[in-house]
Amino acid sequence: MAAVMPAPAASRLFLSGNEAVARAVWESGVKVAAAYPGTPATEMLEVISTYPDLYAEWSVNEKVSLEVAIGAAYAGSRAFCCMKHVGMNVASDALMTLTLTGVIGGLVIAIADDVGLSSSQNEQDSRYWGRFAHLPVFEPADSQEAYAMTKAAFELSEQFQVPVILRMTTRINHVKALVTVGERVPHEGAGFQKEASRFVMVPGNAGKRIPLMFERDDKLREFAESSPLNFIEPGSDRRVGFITSGPAYMHVKEAFPDAPVLKLGFSCPVPFEKCRELAALVDQVVVVEEVEPLVETELKAIGLAVLGKEILPRQGELSPNVLKPAIAKLLGEEVPAAQQVAPLPVFPRPPTMCVACPHLGVYYTLSQVRNLTIAGDIGCYTLGAGHPWNALDTCVSMGASMGVALGLDKGRGASDESKRILAVIGDSTFLHMGMQGLLDIVYNKGNVTVLLLDNRAVGMTGGQNNPGNGYGLHGEEAPRVDFVKLVESLGVKPERVHKVNPYELPVLFKTIREEVKVPEVSVIITDQPCVLVKDYHKLKPYAVVEDKCTGCGSCIDVGCPAIHVTRRGQETKPNGRVVDLAWVRIETSVCTGCGLCVQPCGPKAIEHFVPTSPIQLVKGGCNA
Amino acid sequence: MSATTNILVVGIGGQGVMTATEILAEAAIAMGHDAKKTEVAGMAQRGGVVSSHLRFGAKVLSPQITPGTADVLLGFESAEAMRWQHMLKPGGITLMNTARLVPPVVELGLFDYPADPLAEVKKGGNRVVAFDATTIALELGDIRLGNTVMLGAIADHLPFSADDLLACVLKRFQKKGEKLVELNRRAFAAGRAAVGAAAAALA
Repeated sequence: MAAVMPAPAASRLFLSGNEAVARAVWESGVKVAAAYPGTPATEMLEVISTYPDLYAEWSVNEKVSLEVAIGAAYAGSRAFCCMKHVGMNVASDALMTLTLTGVIGGLVIAIADDVGLSSSQNEQDSRYWGRFAHLPVFEPADSQEAYAMTKAAFELSEQFQVPVILRMTTRINHVKALVTVGERVPHEGAGFQKEASRFVMVPGNAGKRIPLMFERDDKLREFAESSPLNFIEPGSDRRVGFITSGPAYMHVKEAFPDAPVLKLGFSCPVPFEKCRELAALVDQVVVVEEVEPLVETELKAIGLAVLGKEILPRQGELSPNVLKPAIAKLLGEEVPAAQQVAPLPVFPRPPTMCVACPHLGVYYTLSQVRNLTIAGDIGCYTLGAGHPWNALDTCVSMGASMGVALGLDKGRGASDESKRILAVIGDSTFLHMGMQGLLDIVYNKGNVTVLLLDNRAVGMTGGQNNPGNGYGLHGEEAPRVDFVKLVESLGVKPERVHKVNPYELPVLFKTIREEVKVPEVSVIITDQPCVLVKDYHKLKPYAVVEDKCTGCGSCIDVGCPAIHVTRRGQETKPNGRVVDLAWVRIETSVCTGCGLCVQPCGPKAIEHFVPTSPIQLVKGGCNA
Repeated sequence: MSATTNILVVGIGGQGVMTATEILAEAAIAMGHDAKKTEVAGMAQRGGVVSSHLRFGAKVLSPQITPGTADVLLGFESAEAMRWQHMLKPGGITLMNTARLVPPVVELGLFDYPADPLAEVKKGGNRVVAFDATTIALELGDIRLGNTVMLGAIADHLPFSADDLLACVLKRFQKKGEKLVELNRRAFAAGRAAVGAAAAALA
């Protein structure tokens, strides 16, 4: 994205939490911002990159992005790093030692927890990192707070020379609300000052930093007690008081407008005295926190009688419709019937691969090859686990397909003896954390066929650029990894490396069938771009010739969402077997002519579309 | 309507649900309201379910609409309008496009698409107005006008005037030329008329 003129100070803007943080990062005079894309955090760096006067980068993974930010902060500049919750698992190796060195320039790490798992492989509570790494944690409740707390976090970071975690959730990152913005204040660092006892963490130096970290904990807790980010609203209904943080604060206020509330914006270290103050006001205290009972457990440990996860769910969002019945039950009250109507039963509508997606060819082919165990990875291609392909057997973490495939090979049980082991991974995931796994397969002589799906984008998060596609963050040209050379240099034999067009099904089928039989590591690279990126070019659409279609349904097995059934029937074969038939049409307005469905069509009933009326000439999606 | 207005816009990824809600939010803000908009959008480009919540009023706290409290449900697709009926408050209204977008899991024969979503919605006892936004858009010459048809459909069911919403819709197209502005003006009017006529027939 190109730099644009930022809106003037005092503007009231309708911003998502991600956009609000980006604005605050710019206003705080940050010099370096780094991230790896991941829902719901992605837009933070995307929007930061539109501001002038700073350096922003897509890093190859979250650990590298944090290390880039650490270097900038050591040099005295303000630095920012953001990631989705699971990204911090990758970056935590750096985090756990960063806490000992501390920082010079302010460093804020925004972690976006996908509470409710809208698009993640697990649900984590990143506030744990504050406890584990002895770092302060801020928790905004809406866009305005996300903006204000980001700025406050930079101040705190420099005051205590400590990195600050800004803990967000999907319901902050992706919610739009009004934000009043301010002026940018430039911040100039003094440059890197040599101080080995602080920045070279060998045992002798690190050991001396640990007591300083504990001292810092005590000072931070004292500071949190008087922080304006932690405040009590006394309320009028003293039966139940709430201690809450993040988006749950808004849900509590919505559901119980008259209740006393302690709002924790600076939630780690927990300000115990403030909590006691709230408890003294009310009959009962309920801690409302997403997801884990962290504050609750610590309050119970200091002997404060509070309720929490005994009456509230430990998973998912604590929305008003979750809170109301739980508190009503506690107080022995009724919840309005209209708020408890069951949803009407409607079929599920899981996310699908796009029309003409190059992965369709891969998964159709995998669904046609027998005796495979397929270790999958994180990206659009995880959808291959769904219908109609059912061609993905595991999904754990970024890059895990490699190690899991090797383990499936080495740990074969009696029933797996004849199984062929495949690993499926995308280009960006491979560069993020997959190539080390491939090196491990090569080094340890694994028998795995790796399908490297190079679609030249981080597809699932919206097609961001990466080192595999030759474009930088701003769309400028950048060095492009040569995947063939890369895997060969990791030790895969050149004759075991194949580049295949995933739209050429017979070639793909033959290549996979041959390589799985070879008892060593092979890499098959597919090389067609994601349909959502600029490198993709549409072709002439196809249509079904109605009187040629026999209803065999083979084209449906490709899984393209442009194919629709027009009518169904049954046929009794000469051997007496009854088979289901489905006649189809292609939604020509969305077909981009990839030709995947043409190939399995027995009666050759799919031909290029010939327009018959001007209305059908109109291009575009399936709007309305 | 209550102090806070709750509008639920539903459909599937790629239909323009989020953009339509964004325009509704802009209009509410232009009328001096506080507003919050939220949806689960991680998979929005992948044909999954999208439900976009818009709340506006003097001061909005939680961005989420509590089930049983939505004032208006604007459905871009029939089965999706049905899926979210439990969100409506007693006396709320559903404005639904009769379009049926059938997902691969139904084409594969794993699930059935409801035979008559409109009839199912009516069973709930709340008001419902159904119209064919897709055909209206196609008759105007471009299926992409469907989004504006939908906004026209909700225009007379908001606590501000249809013209205030129209101004926000057209602002989006001003840079793209007078022809597109005019087409969208007609699409908005057509959506408004379609709902007006159907609502009159109901009364």
